[in-house]
Amino acid sequence: MDIPFLIAALIKIGVFIGITMTFVSVCVIFERRFSAIIQDRVGPNRTMVPLSILGFKKDFALPIGGLTQPVADGLKFILKEDFTPSYVRKVFFWLAPVLVVVPALLTMAVVPFGSPMEFGDTVIPMAVADLNVGPLFIFAIASLSVYGITLAGWASNSKYPFFGGVRSCAQMISYEIALGLSIIPVLMMFQTLNLGHIVEYQAAHGWLLLPAWGEGLSLERWLMLIPLGISFVIFTTSIFAETNRMPFDLPECETELVGGYHTEYSSMKFALFFMGEYAAMVVGSALIVTLFFGGWSIGFGIDGLLPTGAWWVSLIHIGCFLSKVTVFILFFILVRWTIPRFRYDQLMNLGWIVFFEAALINVFLAALVLAYPSIGLMGVIIGFIILSAAATLLIIIAKGATQKPSATAV
Amino acid sequence: MHSIAFYLFALLAITGGIFLVAFRNPVSSALAMVLSFVGLAGLFIGLNAYFVGIVQILVYAGAIMVLFIFIIMLLDLNDEKPVKFKSTTVLAGVIIPLLLVVQILGVIQSHNTGDEGAFKKITASSMAISAKEFPEDSAIHKSLTHPKSPKLPDTNLIGHAIFTRYNFPLQIMGVLLLVATMGVVILSKRSSKKAS
Repeated sequence: MDIPFLIAALIKIGVFIGITMTFVSVCVIFERRFSAIIQDRVGPNRTMVPLSILGFKKDFALPIGGLTQPVADGLKFILKEDFTPSYVRKVFFWLAPVLVVVPALLTMAVVPFGSPMEFGDTVIPMAVADLNVGPLFIFAIASLSVYGITLAGWASNSKYPFFGGVRSCAQMISYEIALGLSIIPVLMMFQTLNLGHIVEYQAAHGWLLLPAWGEGLSLERWLMLIPLGISFVIFTTSIFAETNRMPFDLPECETELVGGYHTEYSSMKFALFFMGEYAAMVVGSALIVTLFFGGWSIGFGIDGLLPTGAWWVSLIHIGCFLSKVTVFILFFILVRWTIPRFRYDQLMNLGWIVFFEAALINVFLAALVLAYPSIGLMGVIIGFIILSAAATLLIIIAKGATQKPSATAV
Repeated sequence: MHSIAFYLFALLAITGGIFLVAFRNPVSSALAMVLSFVGLAGLFIGLNAYFVGIVQILVYAGAIMVLFIFIIMLLDLNDEKPVKFKSTTVLAGVIIPLLLVVQILGVIQSHNTGDEGAFKKITASSMAISAKEFPEDSAIHKSLTHPKSPKLPDTNLIGHAIFTRYNFPLQIMGVLLLVATMGVVILSKRSSKKAS
């Protein structure tokens, strides 16, 4: 274990966790201001330094709009009473918020924030861990965050949180399947699981959903847009479900479950759930950007013109990545304040009957397009006919599964 | 000399295993098992088997144990009461692990070739040598000889082995799993009809 590697890793861990946490707090202000715009309100556009409690005549307003609102929110959470009800299962009650936040922050470790920096011979990748199993690592660690929510619901030892916990458990397991299946066409296209290599390929040969330069201008890549577009829709929707965001936020559905799994939580422990949700959202956006929109690459062949490995190029790339992530976070917020909540059976049907089947068919569709050079036009046509027959059969079966059972069966 | 990470994760796995048996609350036991799985995954990753390690977490800790906990919570099981064991059960519990220990010791004795055994460190040059076994335009070759950051594509290598050398066993396993799944569905449907 060489020392430069360790130092670089420590700096990267500090900086990237710092960036993620900053993003989490920025998300809060984005959410509040953006929802205000959507609902034709003003939102928190000023935050005062409360000098009046120290005996001054007036509060002091900082001249940066509402940007300090997250600080005020954070202070509020810390200063509130941290109340643990007497009837809860104490150990799990305290463990649950931690289990929500830690996986969300851990997954950030494999996301490449920028192009690798080079100092002489040493290449420093701009991801904390440049693993060869990037997306799988993210799915694996993200799947652990189920425990946090489920335990929170169970440990609270009261009815509504328990319902919330059970709902989220079922929901997250269901959508993990669609999530995993939907990116198989993407991985077949890249032929690697290393997120760094994936982004490098996209920088040189066109983003996955915008193949407009390099080798991306081939017919094959444009045909691949069909399966990849389906992948993108399924993946993004599943990320919404995995992060328990609005159209799928049944675990904390206020109208039915009071506050869902975090009903019994207060103060900083509640804030940790809050942070966990936003951190998961940031990671989700980062993953979508990395897989489908070229990660840190500026695009349009500009990356090839810049010198590789210079530190300032890396910084530009980090900025590019973060602005793309911001766009996606805004998209998350837009969806939250636009689309009403699903019913629980609709959610389950969408996951198990629509997305699961669609992702499965999509894998074969992508395989057909990719296999075109080796099996020829005739092979593709025959394959397409077989695939559409199989798809029709699947749809008929799925239709049968959604039919309501007749009253006599009960 | 093993790295600190090895001892850390080995300790994690063993602690999880001990707690799994020692805890009386089923949920605590299940969580201890998750801890043990995470420790095992760490050990796999320490051996450069990233894919196996991650799948360990993804499948066992992330899916199977979640279902376990789901069921435990739904059934609302109480703490297990201490049971009086029969002497034959205790004897079996002692003998079987002892046999396993003897087996492991035997394997260690016959493979004791130096401190690190036959395990060689993976470097860029060793990867470049093994890349020659694969065609130039394959994903495995590209990853092994990547100009800036060559990596061992263990996922691709496992896939390559499964779909070329072990293709037939893979198909058989797939059919077996399908049959098992269908069997479960049919059996559970039948019992629910009887109950109503």
